Amino acid sequence: MAGSISPAGETFTGNRALHLEEPLIFELDAQGRCGVDLDPAPAVQDRLGGLKRRAPVGLPGLSEPQVVRHFTRLSQKNYGIDSGMYPLGSCTMKHNPRLNEKLARAKGLGDLHPMQPDSTAQGALELIDTLAHWLKTITAMPAVAMSPAAGAHGELCGMMAIKAAIDVRGEKRGRVLVPESAHGTNPATAAACGFSVDSIPANARGRVDLDAFKAKLGDDVAAIMLTNPNTCGLFENDMIAIAEAIHDAGGYFYCDGANLNAIMGRVRPGDLGIDCMHINLHKTFSTPHGGGGPGAGPVVLSAALAPFAPLPYVVHDAAGYRLVEHDEGGDAQPFGRLKGYHGQMGMFIRSLAYMLSHGADGLRRASGDAVLSANYLLASLQDVMSASFPGPCMHEALFDDHFLKDTGVTTLDFAKAMIDEGFHPMTMYFPLVVHGALLMEPTESESKETLDQYIATLRALCARAKSGDIQTFKDAPRFTPRRRLDETAAARKPVLRWKAETEGTSAAQ
Amino acid sequence: MRYLPLTDADRSAMLDKIGVGATRDLYCDVPAGALLTDPVDLPLHKGEQDVERTIAALGAKNISPSDAPCFLGAGAYRHHIPATVDYMIQRGEFLTAYTPYQPEVSQGTLQALFEFQTQVALLTGMDVANASMYDGASACAEAVMMAARITRRGRAVLSGGLHPHYRAVADTHARFLGHEMTGPAPRLEGDEDIAGLIDDNTACVVVQTPDVFGRLHDLTALAEACHEKGALLIAVFTEAVSLGLIAPPGEMGADIVVGEGQSIGNALSFGGPYVGLFATRDKYVRQMPGRVCGQTRDSEGKRGWVLTLSTREQHIRREKATSNICTNAGLCALAFTVHMSLLGEDGLRRLAEINHAKAVMLADKVAAINGVRVVNDTFFNEFTVELTRPAALVVEDLAARGILGGVPLSRLMPGRAQFANHLLLAASETVGDDDIARLCAALKEVL
Repeated sequence: MAGSISPAGETFTGNRALHLEEPLIFELDAQGRCGVDLDPAPAVQDRLGGLKRRAPVGLPGLSEPQVVRHFTRLSQKNYGIDSGMYPLGSCTMKHNPRLNEKLARAKGLGDLHPMQPDSTAQGALELIDTLAHWLKTITAMPAVAMSPAAGAHGELCGMMAIKAAIDVRGEKRGRVLVPESAHGTNPATAAACGFSVDSIPANARGRVDLDAFKAKLGDDVAAIMLTNPNTCGLFENDMIAIAEAIHDAGGYFYCDGANLNAIMGRVRPGDLGIDCMHINLHKTFSTPHGGGGPGAGPVVLSAALAPFAPLPYVVHDAAGYRLVEHDEGGDAQPFGRLKGYHGQMGMFIRSLAYMLSHGADGLRRASGDAVLSANYLLASLQDVMSASFPGPCMHEALFDDHFLKDTGVTTLDFAKAMIDEGFHPMTMYFPLVVHGALLMEPTESESKETLDQYIATLRALCARAKSGDIQTFKDAPRFTPRRRLDETAAARKPVLRWKAETEGTSAAQ
Repeated sequence: MRYLPLTDADRSAMLDKIGVGATRDLYCDVPAGALLTDPVDLPLHKGEQDVERTIAALGAKNISPSDAPCFLGAGAYRHHIPATVDYMIQRGEFLTAYTPYQPEVSQGTLQALFEFQTQVALLTGMDVANASMYDGASACAEAVMMAARITRRGRAVLSGGLHPHYRAVADTHARFLGHEMTGPAPRLEGDEDIAGLIDDNTACVVVQTPDVFGRLHDLTALAEACHEKGALLIAVFTEAVSLGLIAPPGEMGADIVVGEGQSIGNALSFGGPYVGLFATRDKYVRQMPGRVCGQTRDSEGKRGWVLTLSTREQHIRREKATSNICTNAGLCALAFTVHMSLLGEDGLRRLAEINHAKAVMLADKVAAINGVRVVNDTFFNEFTVELTRPAALVVEDLAARGILGGVPLSRLMPGRAQFANHLLLAASETVGDDDIARLCAALKEVL
């Protein structure tokens, strides 16, 4: 810490009360300390075949209180849902109940080995089966693959099932249709399954252009990947027509379930004719985002795709629950395996607890509140900000940067100014179909008081931008642990790890 | 509903502002007939106590390793997790944050990821690591695809000692990308000849150490054989603690090192979520999949961190991305980093030494039982034994006696009759002398 007084700082330490500077853990090192007490290893003749490590790893040694303080200080530099409103469009940052955390660690669940005999894990298999039942019921789909570890992993699972189904039919279909407004993972997933990607334009109403879509159909089209509600926050009202058209052309309908939170308990995607859809348990069913994972992305499948579901899966008969971990022949034709073991059990527990808490009535209430709140934002802001499409929207409201035209303020500046006001910014520059997008998703977790404060803040920022006060925006954020960071320099000469020789033992300066 | 702040009065006021009569009117774009009027056919909401009771009842139907002597491994390992680890990852600022796309309010997550990447690079003996992957198996499959991109070759040679789940995930990806996967069949005795299978179209060789049977391998000669032919060597591990005692793959010439980090800081959790570790050489960093955190400066010149090299990723590159992966195992990586920080140099070495010593003691004890033969010459904390009966039946008999007595190889490789009587046994610092005594007594009864 010595010598780390910031030029702008007024303190000797560089700290400002609760704003505490914290070096890297490697810079806190003092040899001879350890944060765990372990007895010496019993003396044995080693069986390492001469492969014993010769050089030290290079890890620092710290006591437990130092480790606790280090990570506590780091945590204080983070904004979480617990801190405040997190209106990230497309991400569904809703409240994470602590009950779910408690239950994920409950006796017989947190400490359970994936390779225990099935006979000793009947409760775990029943839990997976119960969650599967909830997911199938909410979506009106006959089957679900539970193992994918994230939304994009679920996309991969669904598209692999589609490819396997096409292979079994003996057909060659290499093209996948993806709307311009799609998440980037959709085309990346299609490519990872060996498909080529063909982009479908949006119409003036922010939906798939039905005629343009139909014009692209052919006997080489494998699937359409469509997000519904879409990333503009709009329900694709031609869903059923799109499903019929893709099926008539011999293709499959992949639905990206990222925005299920708008419709859970109110609209069942299976009623609209889809073939598969991944469900982000970390969005819709509130397993914590954890600063970037872990998530979980189970995939519901139509009867046509169900046989191709990957290994493993749970079956239930008179003898109890059983894990099928290998291809056993019969009707099932699993396309393979996507991860080790059986899926994100810790996330299954949390999301089931969340569903049980809400029940069928509460899930409906929650999606309704999410949609109501987004429309409330839209209605309260459209006179000062430029809404990309007229309402009603679903659970997120999309604005473009037209309202900032000629102010000199960009979408990025506007978002950074929100940080100073105590809000996490909305999603910026996505979707790509509108210029300088600002996509807000309040979720059902925010009170009207918070929504009103958010609206008032945005209105004040709009007024400031139009008043010509650009500098405050360019300087934002001003009150964060760090000011704007140079992302260009980070990418040009990547420094991806600490090294003693480059950093010495100096701290922040 | 306790999680929903809006009151009926709030809802009316909001509907008035929007100018519609009911929430239902906001769903006017949904095709007629598809909008449900009633709740779906599932139970109604429950209070906290009821939910707790329901889930606890499911937990009570399992035999937990915390209640039984446990010798299970095969890629997931039971270790003691210091209380500090779970406390830290449950701090709301870590737990309820999103991916750190707004770095000014995410320095906590970012700095921890930078520390994680450094720890993984040090542990594996490599230059750089990414911010983690779903798990070890998916990290391995991504490594194979990365090698194909780097070498522009479409063939991978996989060792028979690779964990079958890792093999299966790599095979699944290869099937859809048209890559050829080959390699020798798993064998318990003698060395496999992998170097002889490398040809001019080989992108990579994948070898696990300790392998699925627990044996250790020196990769130095194989790395040289790979590099002579222009192929990359991918080294795999499933037990991160082993790297506290065993020479790291980076020192043996591996080009990519992948593995499972669960055993440091993460609960068993019936197989997930886990944390995939992925490390490589500097020169390949732009072909590396997944997120990566990098150091930079802010506008006042202060050191800080951001997610970087995102031009590799799908939100920028779409169908040309290096991988379809757009997340990491953030909180599991944090748990890894907190535990690793508590251990430090001395703690990790000592933990690894204890694990090895326990396994040696276990091996010597079971080897003395009639009808048990220890197969391995070398191992870290897990080894294979041959029994006189099918291992799957023995495991059930042990379970009936309240012992989680290892993983039968037949569960991992059901198609290979020669392994029907083989059992994988693991011992960590959580195994006590009395646990070993109970296992031995039970084995004598059931063999």
